[in-house]
Amino acid sequence: MADQQPGFFTRWFCSTNHKDIGTLYILFSIFAGILGGAFSMYMRLELQDPGVQFMTNEDGSPNGQMWNVFITAHGLIMVFFVVMPGLIGGFGNWFVPLMIGAPDMAFPRLNNISFWLLVPAFLLLCGSVFVDVGAGTGWTIYPPLSDTLGHPGMSVDMAIFALHLAGASSILGAANFITTIFNMRAPGMTLHKMPLFIWAMLVTSFLLVLAVPVLGGAITMLLTDRNFGTSFFNPEGGGDPLLFQHLFWFFGHPEVYIMILPAFGIVSHIISTFSRKPIFGYLGMAYAMVAIGFVGFIVWAHHMYTTGLSVNTLAYFTAATLIIAVPTGIKIFSWIATMWGGSIEFKTPMLWAIGFIFLFTVGGVTGVVLANAGMDVVLHDTYYVVAHFHYVLSLGAVFILFAGWYYWIGKMTGRMYPEFLGKVHFWMTFIGVNLTFFPQHFLGLAGMPRRYIDYPAPLLSDVMGIDNPTWWQRTEYMGRETWMQFHAWMTGETYESAITWGYHGWNFISSMGAYLAGGSVILFIVIVFWTLFFGRKASDNYWNVPKNIMTLEWTVSSPPPFHQFDIQPKVK
Amino acid sequence: MKFFAFLVSLMVTSLPAMASDVVKGQSYADSWQLNLMSPASPMKAEIVDFHNLLLVIITAIVIIVTALLIYACIKFRRKKDVEPASFAHNTLIEIIWTIVPVIILIIIAIPSFKLLYFEDRIPEPELTIKTTGYQWYWGYEYMDYDGLEFLAYPLAEDQIDESKGQRRLLSTDAPVVVPVGTNIQLLVTAADVLHAFALPAAGVKKDAIPGRLNETWMRIDKPGTYYGQCSEICGTGHAYMPIEIKAVPRAEFDAWVRQQGGTLKENNSITTIPDSAANKQANPKVDVDNIANPGR
Repeated sequence: MADQQPGFFTRWFCSTNHKDIGTLYILFSIFAGILGGAFSMYMRLELQDPGVQFMTNEDGSPNGQMWNVFITAHGLIMVFFVVMPGLIGGFGNWFVPLMIGAPDMAFPRLNNISFWLLVPAFLLLCGSVFVDVGAGTGWTIYPPLSDTLGHPGMSVDMAIFALHLAGASSILGAANFITTIFNMRAPGMTLHKMPLFIWAMLVTSFLLVLAVPVLGGAITMLLTDRNFGTSFFNPEGGGDPLLFQHLFWFFGHPEVYIMILPAFGIVSHIISTFSRKPIFGYLGMAYAMVAIGFVGFIVWAHHMYTTGLSVNTLAYFTAATLIIAVPTGIKIFSWIATMWGGSIEFKTPMLWAIGFIFLFTVGGVTGVVLANAGMDVVLHDTYYVVAHFHYVLSLGAVFILFAGWYYWIGKMTGRMYPEFLGKVHFWMTFIGVNLTFFPQHFLGLAGMPRRYIDYPAPLLSDVMGIDNPTWWQRTEYMGRETWMQFHAWMTGETYESAITWGYHGWNFISSMGAYLAGGSVILFIVIVFWTLFFGRKASDNYWNVPKNIMTLEWTVSSPPPFHQFDIQPKVK
Repeated sequence: MKFFAFLVSLMVTSLPAMASDVVKGQSYADSWQLNLMSPASPMKAEIVDFHNLLLVIITAIVIIVTALLIYACIKFRRKKDVEPASFAHNTLIEIIWTIVPVIILIIIAIPSFKLLYFEDRIPEPELTIKTTGYQWYWGYEYMDYDGLEFLAYPLAEDQIDESKGQRRLLSTDAPVVVPVGTNIQLLVTAADVLHAFALPAAGVKKDAIPGRLNETWMRIDKPGTYYGQCSEICGTGHAYMPIEIKAVPRAEFDAWVRQQGGTLKENNSITTIPDSAANKQANPKVDVDNIANPGR
C-alpha cells in the first residue's frame, strides 16, 4: 500500500497521526523547556550574589512580585508544558502504538485536540505574565494569595484557565492511552507481556484521570471565589484556605509520579538494550509502578506538615510516605541487576540512564529525610526541598527526556545524532546540574527559605568596597573567594574571609552550575539541528537490540511509515 | 587521595552542628555552612540528633548504590567474545532488597515518631506569645500581659549596623524578647494571606493561616539573638519580613516588660517566675489556679 502523504498544513495542523502528534508534542516541549530554562537562568543570575541587581523596579528597589511571577511561571511551565508533554504526549504518543503493535491511537481526533488544547493553555499562561502584576503565587497557587486579596487583577484568572485547558488536555490524552493499551495490543501481548514503558504509561494515565479532575475542581472553586463571591477558601465567609491545600496536593502528589513514571519505563528499556539483557524482575518492576501509583494517592499531606494538622495525621502521613521508598528501591536495584552480567555499551542514552539512576537515588534519599514530619519542621519550604525535587524532576525526569530523545531520535527522524556531541552534552549537563542543586542541600539545612528574591549575607559592595560592582567584578571576586575557601579545606589551613556569614557561598556555586547547565541546552539545540540536517541515516534496528529483548518499534523502518503495521504483528 | 582528604574535611566542618551540646545556639547561617544550625532549644537538639542518624543512613545508601553502579559499569562493560548473561529473576535477592529497605525504614520510623510526638507535646506553658503574620511584617502579642503588643518591621539596608550585631534582611526594629529556659507557647495566625513563622535555631516552623490559630512551643536555653524568616510565599515582600528573637535571662526580661509598660494579667499562664533555670527545674508548675486557666 502506498504511504499516505498529506500536505504541510493538513499534516501538522489537522494531524490525527500519532507519530506526527508525538513530534508536535516533543517540539512543543523543547520550546517550552527553553523558555522555562531561561526563566531559571535569570533567577540564578539574580541569586548569584546578595542584593537585588536585576529584578528591580524603575527606582532600583527590589521587584518581589516579578520574582514571584518568575518562580510561578518556571514551575508551571516545567511541570505542565515541558515534562508532561515531552514524556507523555511526545514519547507516549510515538511509542505506545508502536510498542503494542497498533496502527495508531484508539481516538486519533481526540489525540489532535489533546495537543491543540495545550497551545492556548501555554499562551494564556505566558499572557498572564503581562496582565496586571502577573501571577506571583508559586505553582501551588495557594489562596488567599491567589485570591482577590493577593492578586486582584486578571492574571491569576488567566493562569487558572491555562491550567483548566492543560488539565483537559491531559485527561483526554490519558483516556486515549488507557483505551489504546487495553484494546489495541497485538494478539498474544497479554498485560504481563507488555513492555515496561507501556505499563508505565498505563499507570500514569490512570493517575491522570483520577488526579487532574481534583485540580480542576479546586481551581474552579478558586475561580468562583475570585469572581462570583463564593468563599470556599475564604475564612471571612466560613471557608478554609487549608481545603485548597488538601485538594491541590491530592492532585499534586500523584502529579509528581505522573512526571516520573514514564521516565521509569524508558529507563528500563534503555538499560536493557545497552546491557543486552532482559530486564531483571519484570513483574516486580511493573507492579512496583502500580504500587507507587497507588501509594502516591494517600500521601498528599506530607506537603502540609507545618500547616497544623493533628499529630496522629502527621504520623500516618510520615509512615505512608516512608513506604514509597520500598517499591522505588526495588526499581533502582532491579536496574542495577539488569546491568549485572550484561554487556554494557556506553552510548549517550545509556549515560543519561545511568546518570538518572544515581541522581534519582540522591533525590530519593533526601525524600526519605523530608518524609519525617518531625524532621520536616526545619526543612519545609527551604532550599533542601528545592534540591530534593530538582534531583528527582530536573535531574530525573528531564534526564530521561534527553535519554529518550537520544535513544529514539534515529527511529523518529531516520537520522542519527552525533555521538561525541551527545556525550559532551551529557557530561556538561551532569556536572552543571549537580553543581547547581547539590549545594542547595547545604543552603536548605542552614535554613535558607525558598521563593526568596534575596538572602541574608553581606553585600558585595560593602565587602569589596566598591559601589555597584559589575557582574564581572562580582564573579571574579567570588571566584577567588571560592578558590581560597576550597584550597583551605583541601589543605586544612584556615582562611579568613571578609564574608563571615550568610548564604552567599553556596548560592554562588549553584549559579555557576546553572550557567554550565544552561550552556548545555545551547549545545543540545545545536545537536538537534545537526541531527536533522547532517545526521547519518539510521537503520531499522540501529542499536542492534537482540531478538530476546526486542520491542516492536525496532521491527519497523526508521522513520516508520505514515501508517505502520499493515500486517498485524503477533507476539509469542 | 587529596579528594578524600577534602571530603573528610567537609565532614569535619559540618561537625559543629553535630556536637550540639557544647556550642551555643546559632543565630544565622555561617558562610559555607553545610549542616543544620546548631540548636538553641531542646526541640532543635532532638532534630539535629535525628538528622545525624538520617545523614549516616542516606549517605550509606547513596554510597552503596553508586558503588554497585560503578562496579557493574566497569565489570560488565562490553568486551569481545563475552556473551551477556540472560537471567532475569532471582527470588532470593528480590526478597532481600524488599525486606532490607523495610528494616531500614523501621529503624528510621521509630525515632521519627518519638521526635514527632515530642515536638507536639507542648509542656505546661510559662509564657504565651501570639504572633500574627501581615503583608509584610509580624505582629506580636504577649498574652499574659496587658499593654504588651507590638509590630516588628525589618530594618532598612541603611539602618543596619553590623558592629551592633545587626544583620541585613534579618534584623527588625522591635526584637521579640523572651526569657531563657522558659516554656513558651506560640500561637500563630495570619491577618491577610498565608505566612509561616520560622526560627531555625529553635526548630520551630508553623504556618500562619488566616482564620486558624496554630500552636507550637519553644524553650530557648541559650541567651542570644536568633533570626527566622517568613517561610510561606506571601507576595512581593516575602523575603522582607524577618523574625528576630532575643533570649535574655528572666530578670532582664521582666525589666524589659516593665520598660515596655506591660503589666501581668490576672489570668496569666505564668505559673512561676523562677529566677534561674535550676529553680524552674526544682519547682515546676505549682500554681493550681492558673493550671485551670480556661484561656489555654
